[in-house]
Amino acid sequence: METINYQNFRIEAENICVDYNGKVALYDANLRLKPGQICGLVGMNGAGKTTFFNALTGFVNISKGKIRINGESVRSAQKDQTIAYVPQNEGIDSQFPISVWDVVMMGRYGSMNIFRCPRESDVQAVKDAIERVDLTDHLSTPIGNLSGGQRKRTFLARAIAQRASILLLDEPFSGVDIRTEKLISELFIQFKNEGKTILLSTHDMIHVREFCDLVLLINKTVVAYGETSEVFTPENITTTFGGISPDFLFGPES
Amino acid sequence: MELCSFLTLDSFITNPLTHEFMRKALLMSSLVAAVCGFLSSYLTLKGWALMGDAVSHSVMPGVVVAYALGLPFSLGAFIFGVGSVALIGFIKQKSRVKEDTVIGLVFTGFFALGIVLVSKIKSNIDLHSILFGSPLGISLSDVKQTIFISLLVVILLSIFRKDLMLYCFDPRHAKTVGINVFFLHYLLLTCLSLAAVVGLQSVGIILVVAMLITPGATAYLLTDKFDNMTVISVLSAIISSLIGIYVSFWFDLETGGSIVLAQTFIFLFAFLFAPRYGIFKLKKLFAGYK
Repeated sequence: METINYQNFRIEAENICVDYNGKVALYDANLRLKPGQICGLVGMNGAGKTTFFNALTGFVNISKGKIRINGESVRSAQKDQTIAYVPQNEGIDSQFPISVWDVVMMGRYGSMNIFRCPRESDVQAVKDAIERVDLTDHLSTPIGNLSGGQRKRTFLARAIAQRASILLLDEPFSGVDIRTEKLISELFIQFKNEGKTILLSTHDMIHVREFCDLVLLINKTVVAYGETSEVFTPENITTTFGGISPDFLFGPES
Repeated sequence: MELCSFLTLDSFITNPLTHEFMRKALLMSSLVAAVCGFLSSYLTLKGWALMGDAVSHSVMPGVVVAYALGLPFSLGAFIFGVGSVALIGFIKQKSRVKEDTVIGLVFTGFFALGIVLVSKIKSNIDLHSILFGSPLGISLSDVKQTIFISLLVVILLSIFRKDLMLYCFDPRHAKTVGINVFFLHYLLLTCLSLAAVVGLQSVGIILVVAMLITPGATAYLLTDKFDNMTVISVLSAIISSLIGIYVSFWFDLETGGSIVLAQTFIFLFAFLFAPRYGIFKLKKLFAGYK
């Protein structure tokens, strides 16, 4: 029944609006992403980046518009483990009594039985994921004892273990060490080759130029969207950041 | 008081056990403590201490109305417990008043309603036993109800133990992978209301929040593993109950207060001497300086 049009896109958001008790957080936002595309989500604090993520994961309901994930509803995307969300380091309680292993295992919960008993395949998936982010030495380390970069890698491993085809990353490069940054960029290239679709929010303009095929500039709604080389212009960035010039924000080289 | 029997530890422990009411009190309070201790891990990690306080106070009118109508008081408590949370959410959403203020005014409102109802409905409700607990005077029907509710809560928490942990830790991820966060939220609230009902028999409405947060806080200082935290929380709650009841028996003290005070002392001990998170960090003291 689905049109061919939908099958081409991993993410298809059409004119979506989100409001919290009458306060508009995002309106008329559109986004279309194909497999293997990496898209940067750029905007000020409060511009609706997190709201956009929340709408795509189904954590908040949209009041208008339509979201299709792989041509299906958000609800069935949740059931199919299609989307993984990697939170900001500030977004999680680092003092929670839980180990790296436990966090990564949470990536498997959605496909386990109701008691969440890990099967052999789950254990293997967790092991592999932890190995890919180079944390094998920290399997049972409480997350409170990890560095910011290690913690970020733990949540990346959770997304890998989930085997999601869409990754949403909230500020993946903030507060991480050089080693983690390098590892994340390598992973991005691998993900791209595996045909995963990545949407990442960032403050760092250099990262956008480096990794993102596409860029989505938002300020409550879409300011500009398209190929990074075409859309990521000083004029657009200025508009996105409410009239402040990129020179002022990021130095003259931007 | 028979001073001579006081002299041996053996009789200090066994002598009270010759009384039927003491055996019942010790058993029931241990059960209640175990239930509250289990739930306590989740509440402290979720940051629901104030919510626990609110719900436990708000069940008061429910208990009174249920008594008056001859219904199981767990039912009344449950309705008012969950109702108070719904009301808190509603007022917060529809007004500009801050959340902690809303919580404070809703639960005191419910609590006051309960007190007024007790004075109006002249029945054999003992206000003192509701406010301060009466583990020594627990009736047979109370015993049955307590066992039933306790088992129910323990079974629910055991089944959804991992999901609730995930819900407390990262609800957004839970939602993203298709876990019903709405259900877990109300499950935790339901367990909270039910635990408040059984807890109030031991220590009374005013202090029941201690049963719901102190064991979890103590355990939080002692471990970095969630499962261990649950076990420590349950054990410390049970031990506190036993200590509290014995102490209140021998020294003729208010039982509920004694139980909570025992919990507070255990917390203070952990606060001072916990191996990793205590002020004095016992581990380091033993290890000496590097």
